[in-house]
Amino acid sequence: MLSVKQRSRQLVSFTVIGAMLALVLGCTPSNPQSTFDALGPIAEMQLFVFNVIFWIGAVVFVLVEGALVYIIVKFRRRLGDGDPVQTHGNTRMEIAWTIAPVIILIIAAVPTIQGIFLMANSPLTPAQGGLELDAIGHQWWFEFRYPNPNDPNQQIVFANELHMPVGEPVNINLRSVDVIHSFWIPKMGGKVDMVPNNDNGMWLQANSQGEFYGQCAEFCGVSHANMRFKVIVESRDSFNAWLQAQAVPAPDPIDALALQGKELFRSAGCTGCHATNSVMNLAEGGRRLPGRVGPNLSHVASRLYLAGLLPNKDEGSLTVNDALLQQNLKTWLSDPDDVKPGNIMTRDAKVYSDPDSKLEEREIDALVAYLLTLN
Amino acid sequence: MTTVPFAIPRPTHPTGVWSWITTIDHKKIGVLYGVTAFVLFIIGGLEALLMRIQLAGPNQDIVSPEVFNQLFTMHGTTMIFLAVMPLSAAFFNFVIPLQIGARDVAFPRLNAFSYWTFLGGAILLNSSWFLGGATNAGWFGYAPLTSTAQNPGNGIDFWIISLQVLGVASLAAAFNFIVTIVNMRAPGMSFMRMPLFTWMTFITAILLVLAFPVITVALIELYFDRTFGMNFFNVATGGDPVLWQHLFWVFGHPEVYILILPAMGIVSEILPTFAKKPLFGYSTVVLAGAIIAFMGWMVWSHHMFTVGLGPIPTAVFTLTTMAIAVPTGIKIFNWMATIWGGSMEYKAPLLFALGFIALFTIGGISGIMHAMASSDAQQQDTYFIVAHIHYVLFGGAIVAVVGGIYYWFPKITGRMYNEAIGKLNFWVMFVGMNLVFFPMHFLGLDGMPRRIYTYDANMGWSLWNGVSTLGALVLGLSFLIFIYNIVTSWRNGEAADGDPWDGRTLEWSMSSPPPEYNFAEIPTVYDRDAWWAEKRGQVHHGVPVGGGSGEEEHSIHMPQPSYWPIVVSIGLVIAGFGLVYHGTYFAVAAFGVLIGMIGVYAWSFEPVNDPE
Repeated sequence: MLSVKQRSRQLVSFTVIGAMLALVLGCTPSNPQSTFDALGPIAEMQLFVFNVIFWIGAVVFVLVEGALVYIIVKFRRRLGDGDPVQTHGNTRMEIAWTIAPVIILIIAAVPTIQGIFLMANSPLTPAQGGLELDAIGHQWWFEFRYPNPNDPNQQIVFANELHMPVGEPVNINLRSVDVIHSFWIPKMGGKVDMVPNNDNGMWLQANSQGEFYGQCAEFCGVSHANMRFKVIVESRDSFNAWLQAQAVPAPDPIDALALQGKELFRSAGCTGCHATNSVMNLAEGGRRLPGRVGPNLSHVASRLYLAGLLPNKDEGSLTVNDALLQQNLKTWLSDPDDVKPGNIMTRDAKVYSDPDSKLEEREIDALVAYLLTLN
Repeated sequence: MTTVPFAIPRPTHPTGVWSWITTIDHKKIGVLYGVTAFVLFIIGGLEALLMRIQLAGPNQDIVSPEVFNQLFTMHGTTMIFLAVMPLSAAFFNFVIPLQIGARDVAFPRLNAFSYWTFLGGAILLNSSWFLGGATNAGWFGYAPLTSTAQNPGNGIDFWIISLQVLGVASLAAAFNFIVTIVNMRAPGMSFMRMPLFTWMTFITAILLVLAFPVITVALIELYFDRTFGMNFFNVATGGDPVLWQHLFWVFGHPEVYILILPAMGIVSEILPTFAKKPLFGYSTVVLAGAIIAFMGWMVWSHHMFTVGLGPIPTAVFTLTTMAIAVPTGIKIFNWMATIWGGSMEYKAPLLFALGFIALFTIGGISGIMHAMASSDAQQQDTYFIVAHIHYVLFGGAIVAVVGGIYYWFPKITGRMYNEAIGKLNFWVMFVGMNLVFFPMHFLGLDGMPRRIYTYDANMGWSLWNGVSTLGALVLGLSFLIFIYNIVTSWRNGEAADGDPWDGRTLEWSMSSPPPEYNFAEIPTVYDRDAWWAEKRGQVHHGVPVGGGSGEEEHSIHMPQPSYWPIVVSIGLVIAGFGLVYHGTYFAVAAFGVLIGMIGVYAWSFEPVNDPE
């Protein structure tokens, strides 16, 4: 038989090792939305604050649970036990375990409060020449707008795929056109809500290039789970080139089927919600116009994902694979509700809501051919 | 006596269904509360199980997103309002009069009314499943997702009205228990001699009285928005959705303490009894409970750290929230000091109470993590929060409640539960609980948002979701064990004597189950642990030994059963249906109000049957 001390020691070390093992297994920085793979100053600060409180918490956990196990083993009833001593309290000890947590919490509060102000104060505001971006939440997609580098009175509009230059603070204005959404790119920083009638802002900076995942974090209705977007972080030069390309409309199609698709895009009512012109004028006094109903499609064929969900590219690549894109467009146009249940297009567009106006297979092919030219 | 219209004589049904329908005995009402709330808890649990099965692997199609959204909304609403709160109310009802040396609560008929209104609210809410779909905007019902534009069906209306009906039940019960505890304590039982569970009930009732009016106002505003086209939260006309969040969480955070304080009270009863020691630092534990309740009003915006309040309010709410860890920590340390030096026999209730400390500590630690707004921005609305609330509300509240059921089972039924199965029940629940909820910490930190009905395989969330679903099945099994134990023990358990645990408080001084009048002779209290002191010969003749066996000759006049509480409740529920369907159905609402008014009138002038 092991002594009480040995047994409780064994139990405590088992608990500690178990907890550590679980943590190592549990938190995988390689996962696309892991908060342990902090790639910018905000996410790094948040990971640091988390680590501070995590390790404090781990020590408290081990002490409290260890003491509990020790007490459970040590003070079990033994045969012939009488009543134990009826202690009623000990003021000194109670003061001690009141003050100790206060001190620990004050220590933890310092980086926390610093972090709150770091998040609130962009190091390079738009007034100081920092990049500015509008992100607008829609059920269930994200609209993005950059100032047009060629004309300060214009914005360039795109959807579901955000481009950012590496190593620069980006100031993001957050708005919503319908319900509350929340803008979150886990590897770059914590979320901030997009609240209708309550414009918000945040700043983020990405310190490494690549493709990152973002997701709406506030429950926003049927397809909340599918309200996702991607972030492409690239060098300043390729970012500039991308922005210039976005500012110019895609060339008119020459292919007959695509031309047919273009005509259908108008006659079937798609243009009612989807713009194919990426440039938008600011309202009087530089006021920003509210979000549009459907995603801007002027360069839809250049996006790596369709609807923020279906990859138009091969695993690991950052260029569009036209075959995949074509297939995805067809999947989407044939049954958008299957990809994004509850989506507003299925509900409101005549070609989906009215069985008599349903798109025929060849019409879908024509639309796909047209959309493929919008690169 | 003047004669009065509607003066139907009081019912006299000693047994049978009518005795339950007309009862105003706090012990019977406690049992009704407990059984009803447990059934609703199982319904809420099945809703959770369905969600876990849907999330067991990536891209599953077991329930549609529409159904999934109803499931998590109803799961949250059910567990909070229809399970944990009324389970606590079951204990308030059964235990408080016994603990304070009273024969019943202050307003026995109002007590029956609370129960029937709670049952009515539960039926109203759950009927929506069959009447066009349940509410689907989350238990927090954030505007503008609850607007008619977003949510044209009547699921939201069912949610609004049933929460109002449940609010009436809770408020009536809370007033009843405040008055009972203030006025009906046995001679000598000063406030600082009250058992801890009575203290926590008292604090909870005060919180309820202060918190429910806030949600009531918010729900009326929402109802007016939806029904009469008003614009409190209507975004299109400039309404502010953040207003709803403030109102909801000013209610919602105290509500969290309404759920956990009774559990803390239960644990504070079980630990001293089984350690055979008084609670360590009684006054500190009482004060810590009061401070938690008071500070619960200053932390609501930590639910809104990502709403964009600005750095100053965010910092202030960070500090107030972190400060709540101090009184909570004090409680945990004092419980551990209580069992330190004790002589513990590991019966099922004690296992659950110790499990509470172990699990609640984890929930407390993750709670401090959420208090820190800067890192919380990563965790808010992720599964990390889901893990946290379940460590607090399952590992805390539910584990304590199950422990409390085992603890008072002999007193309630007069029979012993099966100890071996009780222990098995604890271990299966403890393992299952950790399997379900611990992996959710990892999922949250790996970026899995809450309330998503599906996820892709490449997100890296499949493994831990699978483990969690497996745990949910284990947890479900633990409740099958629990039901088996309770049902078989209730029917053929061995007879329990009045004081099976060598208890410390007054409820153990009488026979099990207690006679209708509880105490044949009202005890006089000279000590905090009055019954223990009496047994150990520290004071003499304060508490009559065998305070009530049910066999003594007596001429105790007890309040008589009544038909009217349930009539008023039925009127309220009919009115509720009328309000849900509004328009011409307001006539139905008026009819329900009329029934209620008749009930109240008859109640007021109800005659007293002649004592035999």
